[in-house]
Amino acid sequence: MTLIPNSETDAAYIIRNAAGDGKKLALCGGNTRAGFGNSVEPAEMVSSTGLSGIVDYEPAEMVMTVRAGTPVAEIEAALAANRQMMAFEPMDHRGVMGTLGEPTIGGVFAANVSGPRRFVSGAARDSLLGIRFINGRGEAIRAGGRVMKNVTGLDLVKLLAGSQGTLGFLTEVTFRVLPVPQTVETIVISGLDDTAAAKAMAAAMALPVEVSGAAHLPQTVRFRFLGGALPSGEATVLRLEGLVASVSVRAEKLAAVMEAFGPVSRLGSEESQTLWRQIRDVYPYSDGTLKPVWRVSVAPSAGHQLVAALRLQTGVDAFYDWQGGLVWMRMEADPEADLLRRYIRALGGGHATLLRASDAVRAQTSAFEPLPDAVAALSARVKQKLDPAGIFCPGKMGYASPTAGGIL
Amino acid sequence: MADTISFLKPRDAVLSRRAAIIADLTELLPPECLVHEARELVPFETDAFVSYRRLPLAVALPKTTAQVAAVMKYCHRYGIPVVPRGAGTSLSGGAIPQEDAVVLGLSKMSRILEVDYANRTATVQAGVTNLNISEAVGVDGFFYAPDPSSQLACTIGGNIGMNSGGAHCLKYGVTTNNLLGVKMVLVDGTVIELGGKHLDAAGYDLLGLVCGSEGQLGIVTEAVVRLIAKPEGARPVLFGFDTSEHAGACVADIIGSGIIPVAIEFMDKPAIEICEAFAHAGYPLDVEALLIVEVEGSEAEMEAMLKAIVEIAGRHGVKTVRESQSATEAALIWKGRKSAFGATGRIADYICMDGTVPLGKLSYVLNKTSEIVDRFGLRVANVFHAGDGNMHPLILFNANDPEDAARAEEAGNEILKLCVDAGGCLTGEHGVGIEKRDLMRHQYSEADLNQQMAVRYAFDEGWILNPSKVFPLDGRPAA
Repeated sequence: MTLIPNSETDAAYIIRNAAGDGKKLALCGGNTRAGFGNSVEPAEMVSSTGLSGIVDYEPAEMVMTVRAGTPVAEIEAALAANRQMMAFEPMDHRGVMGTLGEPTIGGVFAANVSGPRRFVSGAARDSLLGIRFINGRGEAIRAGGRVMKNVTGLDLVKLLAGSQGTLGFLTEVTFRVLPVPQTVETIVISGLDDTAAAKAMAAAMALPVEVSGAAHLPQTVRFRFLGGALPSGEATVLRLEGLVASVSVRAEKLAAVMEAFGPVSRLGSEESQTLWRQIRDVYPYSDGTLKPVWRVSVAPSAGHQLVAALRLQTGVDAFYDWQGGLVWMRMEADPEADLLRRYIRALGGGHATLLRASDAVRAQTSAFEPLPDAVAALSARVKQKLDPAGIFCPGKMGYASPTAGGIL
Repeated sequence: MADTISFLKPRDAVLSRRAAIIADLTELLPPECLVHEARELVPFETDAFVSYRRLPLAVALPKTTAQVAAVMKYCHRYGIPVVPRGAGTSLSGGAIPQEDAVVLGLSKMSRILEVDYANRTATVQAGVTNLNISEAVGVDGFFYAPDPSSQLACTIGGNIGMNSGGAHCLKYGVTTNNLLGVKMVLVDGTVIELGGKHLDAAGYDLLGLVCGSEGQLGIVTEAVVRLIAKPEGARPVLFGFDTSEHAGACVADIIGSGIIPVAIEFMDKPAIEICEAFAHAGYPLDVEALLIVEVEGSEAEMEAMLKAIVEIAGRHGVKTVRESQSATEAALIWKGRKSAFGATGRIADYICMDGTVPLGKLSYVLNKTSEIVDRFGLRVANVFHAGDGNMHPLILFNANDPEDAARAEEAGNEILKLCVDAGGCLTGEHGVGIEKRDLMRHQYSEADLNQQMAVRYAFDEGWILNPSKVFPLDGRPAA
């Protein structure tokens, strides 16, 4: 059964009672990201979908306040009517996760969901200015505010963003929005292998042309984008956005430099928008299967090295976003978590999140990168301060070190 | 010296062991890394919030993370307060010590450890100055974006402590948006690393929590920061308006139009006069408010944006428009603004407020600010980052007159409350420190503050890290 409080007061009441009874709660929005994190013991669901609607939107201030259960689609429509957008491009997980329902803004921030622009414009957490949430004692807490610069007290906003519903129940979020760029263009360099693509993307990012998307789509996935309309061979794609006058000048400059790497073609505004949405939503692995999908974050220059090392050992398909720093991987069979995580450490560090897998695989694999003992212990203490009774999805984020006690 | 703001009572158990503590620290640190003679402690008794000062027990100036860890472990064991310090440029008293505290200064850890252009990162020690990073990578076409006014002196460790901003954060964000990782010493001497060259570290966003925590959660000794390719060019335009309402409406309209300039700076008439007298920047003296709007990019891009911005200003009755035709002219436009604090300091003592308000409330808050300051019989000059609503009223007073100083402090407090009541916050980029500590209840409920303090306990159960700061001294929950 799912509890759907219709007010912050109701939510606080439910949580206070659960804390008193030691009853576990699984917090969610539209539940389109069900399957995130470790599988935990069944708990009563509390959904924010009853807390819906835009509270305050001042386009001239580029700030929006909404209740946590507001559908992302409703927010995007309201923003689009004012030619504004969420700069962090929240991904829609329904395709790759095979879920139904309506993604909510609370879910976006609770999972810190971002898209291709993240590596230059910041993650969801960077746009989040303020929150209201119910902590594990059932108290309504406000953190942050509605202004862009704010260093008043500890930044609990960042802490709650990406905490996967294990620290508090978000009831309201205030975030920064940005104008929609006048136009978008994509430079496509064809035929580069992974190593050459990494070099090309690094060169592009060193130019003063403000690339706002840098992805590499190897041969195995290239045909899945734009209905197969990308030029043949691997596609390394670079996005430029802004004023029409400026984008055309920057595109010329970028294309001139990229021609040294390989044949260059260009995509206009409409195709670009489709392409980057498909990259954002991991279109090639939205395949209706339960083959394990990893989301790996490493230093941009390490992405292709990681994949090359893995390929010698196991069946893996991959493509790259964030200049190579975000690697989407679909494993042929076994998730190979230990191997993957060993290589990540060897290549300078990062983290791998098991996004999708069968229940059997999930039961045996830590969904999030295991933390070093000292950090795990600290995280467990932080969790204990927000959720002293340990009722919010204990275990979802991972187990703390035995010495620290407590479960994230 | 002002005395409205109190510090925690020094711990007798620490004061009485002073000689023993210094002897122990001598064992932990090389001789040149420890300061304890009363005369030598004086430079560490305050920061840029000079109305308050306290001599610390000793100052440790470690050269390595291991030394920082050794000092922390020792102080933790004996319950000795530790006050972290970068360059001591805090405007909110964040680095002011107390009599029973060891100051942990990071100034000797000032090396850039690695610059990695392929990944656009710099790994630096915490005592590196903000400007040093941009200077080190500038020849290769990169820069580090946050640029607080004190960037010549302030350290990256201090920037992380206060989540510092600057004039250009409208486009590039503040420290927290440009920080990828830290090496940090926890209160018990444990060394941890958060983040790295990759994005969005695993687990809870402890990095985001540490940034802006004012030295209460641990000692950052190294940082990985994001580098950005330098834009081809930057060009400011200067506008003069008859009223601050017109200037404020112009700011809102520029932002609303879809153009994001890299900076929008505001100065009112008193600020214009002070800066012009000092810098001879050619600012118009017949206007009530002045905006400096800067755009970046290629020639074509800058031209297109400036054209649109000048058009918008025209709709708001702009009286003076000065576009810079050369680098010299651009530098001159900025010269006045950048010398604002120094120029003000020449004519009077001042305290600088740092409240942030929603853009739509700029004119309202400016008018109310004048009313408040008038009521206290003081003068105010306003110079601030208008694009993000971060106000910096400079309240002028005479520090030699204790009553005048008390009035300035009181007026400042009223202005900050005004900012909160207008939907803003107490501090946008300077931090709470001691200065705004006792106003925290105006912005937060008891439950909000208790939750923050509970999280603080998770890092520092004995409350020894920068203990007199940020949270009101009364009503702190027991561990």
